[in-house]
Amino acid sequence: MRHLLSTKDLARDDAVRILDVAEEMAATADREVKKLPALRGKTIVNLFFEDSTRTRLSFESAAKRLSADVITFSAKGSSVSKGESLKDTAQTLVAMGADAIVVRHHASGAAHRLAHAGWIDAAIINAGDGTHEHPTQALLDAFTLRRRLHGEDARGRALDGARVVIVGDILHSRVARSNVWLLATLGAEVHLVAPRTLQPAGIEAWPATVHELLDDALATGPDAVMMLRIQRERMHDAFFPTEREYARIWGLTAERFAALPADTIVMHPGPMNRGLEIASVAADSTRSTVLDQVTNGVSIRMAVLYLLVSGTDGGRA
Amino acid sequence: MSARPVLQTADIGRALRRIAHEILEARRGDGRLVFLGIPTRGAALAKRLHSIVEQIEPGVAEAGTLDVTMHRDDLGRSATRAPAPTRIPSGGIDDAVVVLVDDVLFSGRTVRAALDALADHGRPRAVRLAVLVDRGHRELPIRADFVGKNLPSATSERVFVRLTEVDGVDEVAISS
Repeated sequence: MRHLLSTKDLARDDAVRILDVAEEMAATADREVKKLPALRGKTIVNLFFEDSTRTRLSFESAAKRLSADVITFSAKGSSVSKGESLKDTAQTLVAMGADAIVVRHHASGAAHRLAHAGWIDAAIINAGDGTHEHPTQALLDAFTLRRRLHGEDARGRALDGARVVIVGDILHSRVARSNVWLLATLGAEVHLVAPRTLQPAGIEAWPATVHELLDDALATGPDAVMMLRIQRERMHDAFFPTEREYARIWGLTAERFAALPADTIVMHPGPMNRGLEIASVAADSTRSTVLDQVTNGVSIRMAVLYLLVSGTDGGRA
Repeated sequence: MSARPVLQTADIGRALRRIAHEILEARRGDGRLVFLGIPTRGAALAKRLHSIVEQIEPGVAEAGTLDVTMHRDDLGRSATRAPAPTRIPSGGIDDAVVVLVDDVLFSGRTVRAALDALADHGRPRAVRLAVLVDRGHRELPIRADFVGKNLPSATSERVFVRLTEVDGVDEVAISS
């Protein structure tokens, strides 16, 4: 594992190892000194062609906790707006000494191109490419779920037998895609719920059960319900009649939340549209992992950066 | 490659009992003792030392583990190492006498990393070092306070420590 581009090509052992290393990273948050010297002298570049707050801050804070130097680059106000290509931008960054590049791009496959085009020789971490993948989000979701299910005994374990319902805009969601592949690899049973208009072509071939109605999926008694954000910025076409109707049929309303099994957790990658895909009573309950997911995101990104950047062999621990 | 046995089960038990007594004798005042084993085999040895000390003077000591992976000075020169869990006892290490425990003392670099790792968790009153085998060839100004066996060796030789908790058998062997 030299790069982290997708969860589809992530082997089960590699995935479990990332989660295990993240456990040790999480443990450092309780220490007097929260910083580790592991990546001292390494340079991590955050290359963001698309707006992001939490992912960028999360990677930045992960790199700093590992004592790496961090350069953050956002396309706005840079030479990209003068027409500089991805290739030239990347080569410039590597010439400045980048050991790893965390890239978010609006085009699906941008991270893969950077990793395999032969332009540069740095570890590439995909932080979201178009509607393709967002692997660290899926890893932090799996980590959050594993901790809730197994607690202190989580190390070394996968998610065999866990039942996860993912609801919302599957069509545009890279979070959903990354989660489907990773959860399936880790042995979980995945259920997807979306209106027909928000189901991508070829969804039948995914390792998941597809439902059109949320109530059908919730009737399976899930361990976790993951609500996806309705991405208003991508909703240019009429995918569903009105937001009210969406909330009524596919939203995690107060009534649906109350009817869930008592130990089902509620996940959301953020930012949330309260009252649309998720009711406040669900978002603010103790069974909601929204803030845990943010905290765990830093641990997962520390683990990924450590595994990809520290050794001479790119993560073959 | 032939491995010559150096210590057997009984020898290891005897060495650990002697070290436990020495540690208690050297403990000045009423300071708490905290045994911190360096994973993997140091952790098992720390647990054994702790249970021996418990039999002699119950309640004076606690045991845990201290992973040093993130503090090693060779991270960029070798294959990626996965960190092991660190478990600091609930009482913490502030003002305690910490005894670092490892199986083999060789270059001293692991102990150097352990001293750095320890500083992330607090400020002990004193830090001691106990090892089952000291094979020499130090590369840093570090020495052990308590040694199970001094084992003169050539750098080309390899020292194997096997412990029941990890390997299913108690044995120290050396091979060229």
